[in-house]
Order: sequence, then C-alpha cells, then structure tokens
Amino acid sequence: MGGLVVLGVLARCLIGAIGLFATAAHAAEPVDIAIGYLGRAGAPQTLSPLDQPAPDDGVAGARLAIEDNNTTGKFLNQRFTLIDRRVKDDEDAAQAANELAGKTGFILADLPADTLLKVADALRGRGTTLLNVGSTDDRLREQDCRANVLHVAPTRSMLADGLAQYLVWKQWKRWLLVTGSHDNDKLFADALRRAATRFGAKIVEERSFEDTGGARRTDSGVTLIQRQMPVFTQKAPAYDVLVAADESEVFANYLPYRTWDPRPVAGSAGLRPTSWDPAQDQWGATQLQNRFMKLASRRMDALDMQAWMAVRMVGEAASRTNSGDAKAMADYLKGPNFTIAAFKGTRLSLRDWNLQLRQPILLADGRMIVSVSPQEGFLHQVSELDTLGVDRPETKCKLQ
Amino acid sequence: MLMKMLCPTRWKRFHWQGDRYGSVRQAMTNDDASAMPASPRLPGEAGLHRRCNPGEGGSAHAVLTETAPLPVKTGERERTVRAARSRIYLTKGRMRELCRRQFARGLRLAAGLLTAALLLAQASPAFAYVAFVSNEKGNTVSVIDTDTWTVTKTIKVGQRPRGIAFTRDGKFVMVAVGDDDTIQVIDAKKMEVVDTLPSGPDPELFAQDAAGKTLYVANENDNTVTVLDLEKRVRIGDVQVGVEPEGMMLSPDGKILICTSETTNMAHFIDTATRKIVANVLVDARPRYAEFKTDGSELWVSAEIGGTVSIIDPAKREVTGKIKFAVPGLRSEAIQPVGISLTKDGKTGFVALGPANRVAVVDGATHEVKKYLLVGQRVWHMEFTPDEKYLLVTNGVSNDVSVIDVAAQKVIKTIQVGELPWGITIAQP
Repeated sequence: MGGLVVLGVLARCLIGAIGLFATAAHAAEPVDIAIGYLGRAGAPQTLSPLDQPAPDDGVAGARLAIEDNNTTGKFLNQRFTLIDRRVKDDEDAAQAANELAGKTGFILADLPADTLLKVADALRGRGTTLLNVGSTDDRLREQDCRANVLHVAPTRSMLADGLAQYLVWKQWKRWLLVTGSHDNDKLFADALRRAATRFGAKIVEERSFEDTGGARRTDSGVTLIQRQMPVFTQKAPAYDVLVAADESEVFANYLPYRTWDPRPVAGSAGLRPTSWDPAQDQWGATQLQNRFMKLASRRMDALDMQAWMAVRMVGEAASRTNSGDAKAMADYLKGPNFTIAAFKGTRLSLRDWNLQLRQPILLADGRMIVSVSPQEGFLHQVSELDTLGVDRPETKCKLQ
Repeated sequence: MLMKMLCPTRWKRFHWQGDRYGSVRQAMTNDDASAMPASPRLPGEAGLHRRCNPGEGGSAHAVLTETAPLPVKTGERERTVRAARSRIYLTKGRMRELCRRQFARGLRLAAGLLTAALLLAQASPAFAYVAFVSNEKGNTVSVIDTDTWTVTKTIKVGQRPRGIAFTRDGKFVMVAVGDDDTIQVIDAKKMEVVDTLPSGPDPELFAQDAAGKTLYVANENDNTVTVLDLEKRVRIGDVQVGVEPEGMMLSPDGKILICTSETTNMAHFIDTATRKIVANVLVDARPRYAEFKTDGSELWVSAEIGGTVSIIDPAKREVTGKIKFAVPGLRSEAIQPVGISLTKDGKTGFVALGPANRVAVVDGATHEVKKYLLVGQRVWHMEFTPDEKYLLVTNGVSNDVSVIDVAAQKVIKTIQVGELPWGITIAQP
C-alpha cells in the first residue's frame, strides 16, 4: 500500500517535471525567423525635394512589419528579425544574396530588374524565396518570370491600368502622352498605351521629352521652366488630360499648371497611380500610418508599404503554418489559401500563374487619395483586381 | 353636417387609404410618401392616431377593413402601394358605408378616450425603444425612436465616434471618440455629453461586465486592452494583445473577455480575474467582431478581409467550423463580414457583410446561410430591439439604418441618420 503511494507520488513528480521542462523549453526557445532585405545603396534624385526618399525608405516598412509580426509571434512563440544588406552599384548583388541565403529563407529585394534576375538565378535551388518589393518591370512577371520570386510591387501595367480606369470613368478619354527618353520611361509609356487600348481611351498625340542632362534643381530653375513647359505643350490636338511617363524624374513634375492648354496632368506627376501613399488613411490605415510614424518619424510611402506587405506575408505564412520552415511557408504563400490584409479595402492574393500580388491601385495627387482602382463597373470573372495588369490568358510566364 | 363633410357625396375615382381609426387620405401613387399631407383627424383622436401611426414621416399603412389586424408598425412601401392599389375601385355606396362606420368608430373612440389612452400608455413601453447610432464622419450620435422609426435628436460628440453602448443602468450612453482619445458619456435623458472616461489612445470598441462596473476598451493604436473602473472612472489595468485590437466581447458568465486583433488575426481569450491571456485562437484575416451564444456554447468571430465567420468552441478554444458566404453576382472580395448578432435562443445569426450591402441570415445550429437580406451600402454593426422583434443595422456609405423584421426576415424600413453611421446601441427596458 505504502509502496503504491510512493509510486504515485513519484509518477506525479515525473509528470510534473516533464510538464515543467516542456513549458520551460517552450518559453525559452522561440522559433527564429530571419528575413533579409537586399536593397540599393543611395537613391536617385527627384524633381521635388518632397519626393526625395529617406535613407531608410523601404527598410523602415520592413522593420515595422517585423515589429507587427513579433507582436503576433509572442503568442505563437515565433521571433522575427531583419537582416539589412545594401549593395552599391559596383558590388556583386548575387554574392550578397548568397550570403544572406545562408541565414534566411526569405529575402526582400529592392533591385533593378536585371540585378534581380541575376540574384534569382544565383539562388535557384537553394530554397530561398525572393520577394520583389522594388521593381515594377512587367517582364519579371512575364517572359523572365522565376519560380523563386514573389512580386509584391505592382507592375507598370497594373499602375497604368489603375490610372486608365479612373480617367475613362471620368470621361477624360483623349490623352496627350509625353514620354521621357530613358528606357524605364518608355516602358511606362508602353503600359499606358496598352491601358488606353484596353479601356477605350485615345492617345491623340505623343511627344517625347529628351533628357539633355543637367541638375534636377537650380536656384534660378523656375523662371526657365515656366517658359519651356507651355511652349513644349502648345499646338496639341484637342485633349482632356496630359499623361506623362517620366519615371526618371526629368520633367513630369514641371508640367502641372504650366501646360499651354489648361489641362490636368496624370501619370508620373499630378494624379499618380501607386501602391501606397503617405496620405492613405482608409480601411484602418490610420493605425498603420501612426505606427509607422512612431517608428520612422515620417509617413509611409509606396516602397515602405511594399516592404511591409512582403514581411507581413512571411509572418502570415509563419502563423498559418505555425512553423518557421522556409519550404512549408513558401508553399503556403504559393498555395490557394494564402490571402493577406493590407489596408486596401480588400484581401490581396497571389496570381498563381506568375506569383504577382493582386492589389488595388491608389490614385494620389500628393495631398490626398483621389480614388482607388479597380473602378466600379470594370468587371472580371475571377477577381476585379485582375482587371489591373496582365491577366492569365495573356501571360507569357512559364514558372520554373 | 359633419357627416357630410367627412363623407362627401361626390366620389372621384382615386386611390383610397385610411387607417383603422378612420382617417382617410389619398394613397401614395408614387414613391414620395413624405409629400403626403397629414391626414384629417377626428376630434379627440389626435393622440390615438399618432400613437398608432408609426409610419409617419416615411411609410403609411393601408388598413381599411374592420377585421384588420393591429396597425402594421412599419409598412414596406411596396406592400403599401400594392395593398392600396387592390382597393382602387370602391362603389359610392360602399365608400359611404365605410366612411360612416369609421365616423361612428371615431365617436366611440372619442368617448372612450380616457380608457384607451390609459391602455395605450400601458402598452406602449413594450415597443418604444430608443436607439443611439454613432456617425463616424459626422461626429454626431443620432437618436432613433423605434416607435415612430424617426430620428428624434442628433447629439454632437467628439471626433470619430465609433463603439457605442448603453451603461447597464440605461442612464448613460458611452461612445468611443477615437480621434479625441477618449470615451464620452452621454446622458440618455438630457441627450448631451456630460462626462468623459480615461480610455487610453484611440478607443474603438469596448465591453462592460454584467454589473456595469468594469469596462474593457480596445485601443487600436498601442495594441492594448485598457481596463477601466466605471464607478471611480479610473484606469485599473492594461492587457497587451495583438496588433490593432478591435472586437471586444465578454463571455456570458463574465469570466472570459474576447479581444480580436485585426493585423494579428487572433481572438485572444483573456481571463477577467487575472487579466492574463489564456488562449489565442487564429482566425481569418482582419477579425472585427466577436459574439457569444447566450448559453456560452459557441463564439462567432467575423473576419472582414478573410470573408468568413469562424465558429469557436469556447471550452476547447479552437475553431470548429467556418461560415462562408457567396452572393450570386458578387465577387468574393466584396464580402466582408463585420457585425454579428445572435438571437437569444441561439437559433439564428445575422452577419453584416460590409460592402456586399447585405446581411446574411445564418442557421445557428447548422451554420448554413439561409438568406441574404439587401440593406444599405457598407453595412457594419447591428443591434436587436430588446424584444428581439427588430434588428437595426448601420449602413456606413448610404448614411442610413435598415430595420429588419426578425421573424419575417425582411427589411421593412430605412432611416436616414448622420454621416457614416458605424455603431448602434438600444436601451434595455
């Protein structure tokens, strides 16, 4: 009898000890999930000093999402960290990515298209997933798509379609298209032409603005610009809106209020299509902006938001799969059940044919959000978000 | 002479409509009910007529026969017109007869005024509730009389009023004014703001215990739930929760507080005694609202962006089922569940579907969607009248409140309120 009691006590102690051990182990060892950020060092010059990106542009959004993930992670025993790595123009990005891939299964990439492709191919087979947060090039989602790259940034065609839907809704269907002389400007112009055809706008004339070099800003600049821009835009056929394709920041912001005919400007200046804007405060975004302001002492721009979404996607995969296993998480992200909330009034998901994140496009004038596309009435059999950009039947992507 | 006046001999062919107390007026022939002149009243009938004509200022009824049931509290416009049309052609003699009868009844009523008035005074409290609606953009609270279904008062409050609830004693209405970082207290009788509560930053929704002594507030901006002593009006604690806490609900036994966090996507179970989180249940994206069955057997949590309602077993603290919605002709992204109300018997649930502009009627046992009721634009929160006869839902974008007849499962009325109506609360009798 006494022996039985002793045995019982012993057993209870043992169970208790195991329980204690398990709890201690559980509390002591959270699952560590590191996320890399591979970005460009330095930022290009902009025409408006207000548009000049902060040194932590992008990475600040990633940091905020790490904080948000960790708030959630403390309930799931997951801990997120960010490894920030900047590459200079003369540095080998592929090597930097390889080093990062040794420490993390997910790398946010804010890189030009060619560099991103090089990095993606260097990482092939390593089980690391790249999240493209910086490049809007359509070819990365089409002929040059890669199975190890998810695209969080919208494409030029998505941006152009978002703008075109609104201009058509507004009945501003006659466009004067002005294109810069750089390659990226021309790509944006291509996207705008495609959008005009898709949604029934007409480009009444095209003009090209040659970049002849020179400083973005000078002390006497405005006097000259005030004379140049009206002359540049005169003798145009009747048009409703001037659409500018100037990603290189050479002329577009000089156009508003200076066109020969009194016409609104859209595209790279005036009414701009974007994935996010510091003025966005709908759908609970106020809270996000407030958190961001607390962290970065400024408001959130598009690159910050794209990085925030990318890190949140990784966080979402970790909490839904309840694991830190990179493969399981990547499979979840590419699977049919993945959706994410990002303060854009609707759930976002990945297009399974090219791994592009579906998302609404905001139209901002630098002060306010003017509208959000897709516009009412542009219908689609699967998702209205697929009225923006290249749709499944048109895609050239073969994921591999 | 009076008879002659009331019952003219030269009848024209037009639509007739009256109510059971004898007033006769031209029926609506178009949609403009408000343009109707006030009906002529018999001497001494005014009070009675008013009491029994809740449709004033919006709808009217078409009850002309003696065997008519009690006045329809609120008539659907369509139904009214249809009913009126069915009575278009009445013979001269029949009309005069009806009119005579009505006149006689009017006299009888005038005679029995005192008794009737007393009876009505007794009967009326069962119906006349008061609903307070917070208008997020208007910075106002609209007061709705559920007897007349009209807005009787608009109260100016602080900035961005959202969560709103009566205190347990029914004397005050608390409204979270997020952009002023406080909760304002409205005197329900005086209908003005009389006090504020130290809620913590950006309060959105809150829950109070059964005794009305403790208030739990979700502070969206700093990921906390603030605990307030309602009597002493002081903060007595904080609970750290997930990112952007929103939905707040106490279990029927008061032991567990549920807090949903919108970016963490969880329903946190907080022990109200220790104020510690005891469980976290992952739900779909952007959980907005939590509601218990009155017997505590189920917890429903809506996920706005996920587009689902998770059914959680509060004992096991795990998701046991999910309600999914599909409205023909609507893309699934437009279906964004927010507010939930469950009948006391747990048999029927109502779920507001946001920009889908519909309220889903859900079977409480099988969790199947039985019906979608078309309401106003971007429907958010809702509240039953205490008798559970009606459910009032706020439609943010169309700036109105839809009234749903719970038994008939039909929308019977729309009431214009302030800008962007958000939350709603109705006084318990």
